[in-house]
Amino acid sequence: MSTITLDGLEPGSRAIIKGFAANGPARRRMAEMGLCPGTEIVTLRRAPLDDPIEFQVRGYNISLRKAEAASIIVEIKEG
Amino acid sequence: MVQEINIALIGNPNVGKTSLFNALTGSRQHVGNWPGVTVEKKTGERRHQGSTIKITDLPGTYSLEARSPDEKVANAHIMSGHPDVVVQVVDSTNMERNLYLTTQLLDMGQKVVLALNMSDMADARGDRLDLKAFSKGWGVPAVRISATRGEGLEDLLDTIISTFKDRSVPSPAVNFGAEIEGNISEVEAMLRSGGAGGTSPRWTAIRLLEGIEKVEEATADAGLRAKLTAALEGVDRDEVEMDLVDRRYVAITSLLDRTYVRGSEKRSLSDAIDRVVTHKYLGLPIFLTMMWGLFELTFTAAQPFVSAIGLGFEWLAAFVVENVQPDWLASMLGDGAIAGVGSVLVFLPNILVMFLLIALLEASGYLSRAAFIMDRIMTKMGLHGKSFIPMLLGLGCNVPAIMATRTIEDEKSRLITILSAPYISCSARLPVYVLLAGIFFPDNAGTALFLLYLLGIVVAVGSALLFRHTILKSETSPFIMELPPYRLPRLKNTILQMWDRGSMYLRKAGTFILAGAIIVWLLASLPWGVEYGSEESLVGAIGHLIEPFLAPLGFDWRIGVALVFGFIAKEIVVGSLGVLYGAVEGAGLEEAIALSMSAPSAAALMVFVLIYTPCVAALAAIRKETGSWKWTLFSVVYSLILAYIAAFIVYQVGLLIW
Repeated sequence: MSTITLDGLEPGSRAIIKGFAANGPARRRMAEMGLCPGTEIVTLRRAPLDDPIEFQVRGYNISLRKAEAASIIVEIKEG
Repeated sequence: MVQEINIALIGNPNVGKTSLFNALTGSRQHVGNWPGVTVEKKTGERRHQGSTIKITDLPGTYSLEARSPDEKVANAHIMSGHPDVVVQVVDSTNMERNLYLTTQLLDMGQKVVLALNMSDMADARGDRLDLKAFSKGWGVPAVRISATRGEGLEDLLDTIISTFKDRSVPSPAVNFGAEIEGNISEVEAMLRSGGAGGTSPRWTAIRLLEGIEKVEEATADAGLRAKLTAALEGVDRDEVEMDLVDRRYVAITSLLDRTYVRGSEKRSLSDAIDRVVTHKYLGLPIFLTMMWGLFELTFTAAQPFVSAIGLGFEWLAAFVVENVQPDWLASMLGDGAIAGVGSVLVFLPNILVMFLLIALLEASGYLSRAAFIMDRIMTKMGLHGKSFIPMLLGLGCNVPAIMATRTIEDEKSRLITILSAPYISCSARLPVYVLLAGIFFPDNAGTALFLLYLLGIVVAVGSALLFRHTILKSETSPFIMELPPYRLPRLKNTILQMWDRGSMYLRKAGTFILAGAIIVWLLASLPWGVEYGSEESLVGAIGHLIEPFLAPLGFDWRIGVALVFGFIAKEIVVGSLGVLYGAVEGAGLEEAIALSMSAPSAAALMVFVLIYTPCVAALAAIRKETGSWKWTLFSVVYSLILAYIAAFIVYQVGLLIW
């Protein structure tokens, strides 16, 4: 079980959110959009210019910039 | 007994809230598939069972606590207006995140009815919801509806009335645990004893604990302020904030686990489209092709209609001039009103085609993808992915574009977007391009249009970059955006939206532009006795006054006059040219312009019209949204200087080439 930040995940991989590496309004907004600790998140794809990244969480799709994804600590879900 | 019930419609962006509002009130209002379509409060009425239900449509919002202007509007309306019932529109295919807002409404002590919209899509996916158990869970009545099909509306209205009559007090859905609930109760009691906290002391207490509302905002009473400050001192606000969000979602999952089974995923088609349109190598070319196609179609598809309307007005003007007495009235109607309004109305088909295409892109969900694709570039340009949508709306009209910046949470990013948005070429400028490009670059008119729009974008982002690094220095704000599934646009909604926006243009033609054309005619005819539109007339005098400044741009006095009147609305530039050239040359407008203007002047004129001062309506919007005369004035001066420089370069370079 390895813990990394969300921006490091390859498209197609699943992970569980563990926590946030930074405070502030962005963290709150992400949490309000359902990115809370314990939630499963799937990396879908990167934008053509590599940033932002599209994810699936709680059954809908959301895009985050790399910088924001880098503030989310996740644990990769194997399989 | 006839009673009046005030309800508010609230919901996440993109859940069909506006469709429901339209279905309930029969009112025509703009329906879109991207966050932030409803930028202002809209109201309507519906009679049901002898009651009058007054409906306020609030802006789409994910939360009532955060700080974007849209969310502030929604929060303030509920806190101060205290609607009898709040109807939250919920996307049935996306319950979890939608219910987050519900937990907040219940904390506010609001009577809530959930309108579970798009229930047909949830059914198609195989979702199963135990509606009774679900409603009972939080004591919130829920009704399954489909706003676009008009299903479940009677049931919804019945439920609104029964909820209104129900005397029980709604209770919070979430228990935040002993410690935080203790804090909330303590602060709430203080607020109550001091008569503060408005209609919902619990909600105010929560906001105070999270540090979203300041003690000074909650009360003016010094004693109460001191007590509150002391009570809040030991609280770790960051901790509380995250804990509350977390507990809300725990409550949601627990309710849904008991009452709801999600069907199999139906995003496969949507994802397949996304794989192509956001593809690493194909994404940008597809985006650019779509934008280019938009302009090409705007020009070509509308052309036959444009010609027909043009001929119609020419005939009408000639008819009036021949048959109306006295001569001055014939001239005022024929040369002034009909020529002026006609030269603008002629472009209605172009504008309708453009609005139709934008409405289709919007309703399909592609616009969010465009923001996704463009964010990296927008950020590099000092803007924000979310700036993209206002900017694109600006293609239609800069006024809604400026208002749509309310979805941008960060104040500086928002101000930068407001100040740069007017350079995105709106439909009012289109008639100028269509006319001049059609005359001087007939074989490449579509391309000329595309280049002008591209220049508008370059100026907008160049300005944004400049502002970001000088007067509005800051980092870019976060980009956290929902990407809704693609939906097939509803023909009816799309046409309605096209018509709503198109009729704004028509109304403008009938008011502002008619008045402008008559003023131009008057100034061209005064003092009495001079030859109409000649150099001795008042317009001639005005034109000659500014001609020396405009000569380096290749503009003669008539263009100068047209530009002055273009302040009122940019379409008037064409109308004025119609009056001034048409009269002088005694020929059709196009031939007259072709004879007396050169290609470099025409190119410079198009560039000048693109960049110079936002019209009066756009300036009013800037004033309203920035709340500052300083920024409004800045916008005027900055754009005039920029337009002058750009047109100068185009004209001088043009002289060398042609």
